[in-house]
Amino acid sequence: MNKTIMPAPVRRAVTVKASQARAFEVFTSRIGAWWPKSHHIGKVEPETLVIEPRAGGRWFERAPDGTECDLGRVLTWEPPARLVLAWQLNPKFQYQADLITEVELRFIPDGAAATRVELEHRNLDRFGEGAAAMRDRIDAPRGWPMILNAYADAAGK
Amino acid sequence: MAYATHRNVVFSALADETRRDVFERLRSGPKSVAELARGLPVSRPAVSQHLKVLKEAGLVVDEAEGARRIYRIDPQGLGALRAWLDRFWDAALTAFKAEVEAGTEEESK
Repeated sequence: MNKTIMPAPVRRAVTVKASQARAFEVFTSRIGAWWPKSHHIGKVEPETLVIEPRAGGRWFERAPDGTECDLGRVLTWEPPARLVLAWQLNPKFQYQADLITEVELRFIPDGAAATRVELEHRNLDRFGEGAAAMRDRIDAPRGWPMILNAYADAAGK
Repeated sequence: MAYATHRNVVFSALADETRRDVFERLRSGPKSVAELARGLPVSRPAVSQHLKVLKEAGLVVDEAEGARRIYRIDPQGLGALRAWLDRFWDAALTAFKAEVEAGTEEESK
């Protein structure tokens, strides 16, 4: 039996009342309108987010002063069915060029007027070091360090 | 900031003494619910309940082995991060859906 257990990808799906083409369009060209504003890389809340519409393009947030902060690259651009983005943010929500995890979006027609959007965020094992750093930042109250050390030991195996 | 949230999830998962015992028992290796319950002063359903909380906190993972479920400490130590990503993408897709459908309504007017 394989003893190495890889973390399962994060999988999420949502069905929207829109055509496949429109779902893809809103997801990509209007990402600035819906992306959760509470999560950003730059120091200030971004004015918008941009996904460059081509494989090899960037996706980034743009601050009101024009400063751009990358989230990663566009790996696959296949409108209106499929999009793969490289999520190059570490667990501190900072861009890290050598960290590449993949976020794949599939836009699947569900009748004429609806589209199922499936998201898979994979390669989570590549977060390894950053996740360990995050774990180290956990301040264990008295009595808990042993447990968290056990967790760190097990995680490090 | 986001991490404060899942740190709290981890802490509340480990705040219960029995749950900490269950977690500690996994330190020596993967175990079934029955194995975990042995020697603990609680019922198997109670152990299952504790495992459910630990799993939701991303501290343990499980897999089916025949009719049993085997639990182990998350080997990559990524549980908290994974839980955070789960919630992040939930929020993002919910917002995306609202945006798509708001536009659709405008178009159909």
